[in-house]
Amino acid sequence: MDRRDSLKSLFVGSLAGTSLLTGCTPEEKALEPAPSPTSTLGPYGRTPEEKERDQKLMQETLFTEDELATLAVLCDIILPTNDEFGGAVDANVPEFVEFMAKDIPAYELPIRGGLMWLNNRAFKDFNQEFKACTPEQQTSIIEEIAYPEVDVPISSQGTGIIFFSLMRDLTMTGYYTSKIGVKALGYQGNMANTWDGVPEEVLQEHGLNYEEEWLAKCINQETRNEVAQWDDEGNLIN
Amino acid sequence: MQILKSSKEYDAIIIGSGAGGGMAAKILSEAGLEIAILEAGPYFDPADNEQKTQMKWPWESPRRGASTVRPFGDFDSAYGGWEIEGEPYTRAEGTKFDWFRSRMLGGRTNHWGRISLRFGPKDFKHKDVDGLGENWPIGYDDVKPYYDKVDKLIGVFGSKEKMENEPDGFFLPPPKPRLHELYYIKAARKTNIAVMPSRMSILTKRINNERGVCFYCHQCSRGCAVHADFSSGTCLIFPAQKSGGKIDLFVNAMAREVITNEEGKATGVSYINKEDRKEYQLKGKVVVLAASACGSARILLNSKSAQHPNGLGNSSGLVGKYLHDSTGASRSAFVPALMNRKIYNEDGVGGMHVYTPWWLDNKKLDFPRGYHMEIWGGMGMPSYGFGFGISDLNKHIGGTIGGYGHKLREDVGKFYGAVMGIAGRGECIAREDNYCEIDPNVVDEFGIPVLRFNYTWSDHERKQAKHMHNTFEEVFHAMGATPLGTKPGKDEDYGLLAPGQIIHEVGTTRMGKDPKRSVTNEFEQLHDAKNVFVVDGGPFVSQADKNPTWTILALAWRTSDYIVDQLKKNNI
Repeated sequence: MDRRDSLKSLFVGSLAGTSLLTGCTPEEKALEPAPSPTSTLGPYGRTPEEKERDQKLMQETLFTEDELATLAVLCDIILPTNDEFGGAVDANVPEFVEFMAKDIPAYELPIRGGLMWLNNRAFKDFNQEFKACTPEQQTSIIEEIAYPEVDVPISSQGTGIIFFSLMRDLTMTGYYTSKIGVKALGYQGNMANTWDGVPEEVLQEHGLNYEEEWLAKCINQETRNEVAQWDDEGNLIN
Repeated sequence: MQILKSSKEYDAIIIGSGAGGGMAAKILSEAGLEIAILEAGPYFDPADNEQKTQMKWPWESPRRGASTVRPFGDFDSAYGGWEIEGEPYTRAEGTKFDWFRSRMLGGRTNHWGRISLRFGPKDFKHKDVDGLGENWPIGYDDVKPYYDKVDKLIGVFGSKEKMENEPDGFFLPPPKPRLHELYYIKAARKTNIAVMPSRMSILTKRINNERGVCFYCHQCSRGCAVHADFSSGTCLIFPAQKSGGKIDLFVNAMAREVITNEEGKATGVSYINKEDRKEYQLKGKVVVLAASACGSARILLNSKSAQHPNGLGNSSGLVGKYLHDSTGASRSAFVPALMNRKIYNEDGVGGMHVYTPWWLDNKKLDFPRGYHMEIWGGMGMPSYGFGFGISDLNKHIGGTIGGYGHKLREDVGKFYGAVMGIAGRGECIAREDNYCEIDPNVVDEFGIPVLRFNYTWSDHERKQAKHMHNTFEEVFHAMGATPLGTKPGKDEDYGLLAPGQIIHEVGTTRMGKDPKRSVTNEFEQLHDAKNVFVVDGGPFVSQADKNPTWTILALAWRTSDYIVDQLKKNNI
């Protein structure tokens, strides 16, 4: 059992029998887990020094198993699975959060302190740590810290709101930059293509169109592979 | 310590492999000259799988592309940044300057936005218009033939617009505007702001049979594996090597100083090999500095000798002076019309398809010179920071801020692609009292004295930034958008970014006819040493409201032709 599996089992264990175990599509819950950031990284253009830094950070353990398990509960409350897509834990968000707290050390204290605050709060209200609380109990705490006031700086809205806002940001970013999240978002790019303008039905929906004069200046994609030639005045002739 | 000297004498030694150095390498080697290129960083080819960041997904980086390591994020291809370990610089008290350096083959051409604008006739003679700064010793007509050649060699898309100070060139056709750009065009028309297709050195059409054509991944900043955008390595140095140029490329070679003889002429260059940390000397008949405006000024100031006691080329005392970077300010906005978007691929090229050149008459304004506007937006690939504060946008539509669970997925669906931004980039007046000099107390890890910067903005630039922000709001309101955040006021210099942040710094070895009031002549040749040239942004007299790269390239070509000619005539 690797670290990720143990984390998942802790997470599942604490919530056994709840709806979190159901409602996931087989596709997203397939046996093949998304690559964990703690597994070996593929090449992504690192210099030797950068590679070394990545390796060093990935080998470090920052959060305790307990902290990671609490983080997992929290992240999945922020972005749970839905009918189509896995949630934050499926997308390895807790591991991502841990990596970021190593990569940007300024995150460490607010996250660890925030988790302690959360457990303390759970003890006061329900006499047990947060991850052991029932979903209803967890929700009652989260409801109090999930809605910041409009137009008041987050930094002056109290520990709970500050912590939860940070966790919401990190969970959202971790999720939507994961394989599952990019799919959930529906992003269509990062592939070779011949971009040729906004689809006609979208233009119509927005009541917009390409002006003829402007369009006349634009690339005719059928000629993109012909080597450009100009006359002496700089007029393209092909 | 022993200095290791080579016996070989090169026709030319080029220091730096960015835009200017790359162009000099190409033209000089094609003329048959035997050249050496010194580059302070490693070899780099964006097609090399080990160095490639193009087409990577955010999850391939454990920090999802965050800017912890590289200032523009993990996937930006430029090594280095504003801070480099072991290579400090200092600032005079009460002044600001941030110095961006890329230590790699191709230098900062691996990073830049590919915006490729010619300077116009006014830009070379702006003192005639407003009495400020200094005129260039050359005019647009002197540079035009070289702009034309650069267009045809490297490729730039754009459109003929017949605007007096935005000269047309030999353009490839631009891509069609994206959706938010169509909204921008409409709003610009409504507010009488000029708007036209952008001009960027990206190949929307084939320019030769060696380089590929843009496949619209939006990732020029990552470098292009098919070489469909401009960087110095891929478009100048590799082709020069392939066509049989006699080029010795020294990478990880940090130049220290130019060596001169008793006549004051350059005889070579000393550098530190970063791999063995030993000092070496190369001999050359001509030295071409292309280490960036500040990098070259530093080398010159550090090249002191009996003949050049204030540093090489510095009898005027002006090396390092007249340093100026573009002004910069920006704002983003929420565009309700772009909510709940139908999702399709709108990556497009690596940057804007549409932009605004300077369009106003300064006679009616309280500041000199102009700025252009760059716009961004769209349904881009998520990376670190995506989703931060996204639910805050609900406040503009009466929705709930914050929350958790499925509500957040709905927020993402509502707001993805509904934010856009405008950045203004303008001209700063070059001043003698904005400068870099040698800090006598600090050296870098190679023992080379470092630069100390002394730079302040004046009210010219502050008023310009104020005007930019008024324009941003005007355009946003015209498209029914809500500007985000607050408009910066006087206490924040109207949002003017610190000098150096726009990475367009030029002017440190400015050209001119009078050796007392300039460092180089119109051929970027030192007044004080005929066989030393500067082909980066240093010789710029003024920077215009344009990105400097295209002009660096055109002038470097012009200078290289001059070097070949002068060598033939035995004048240097």
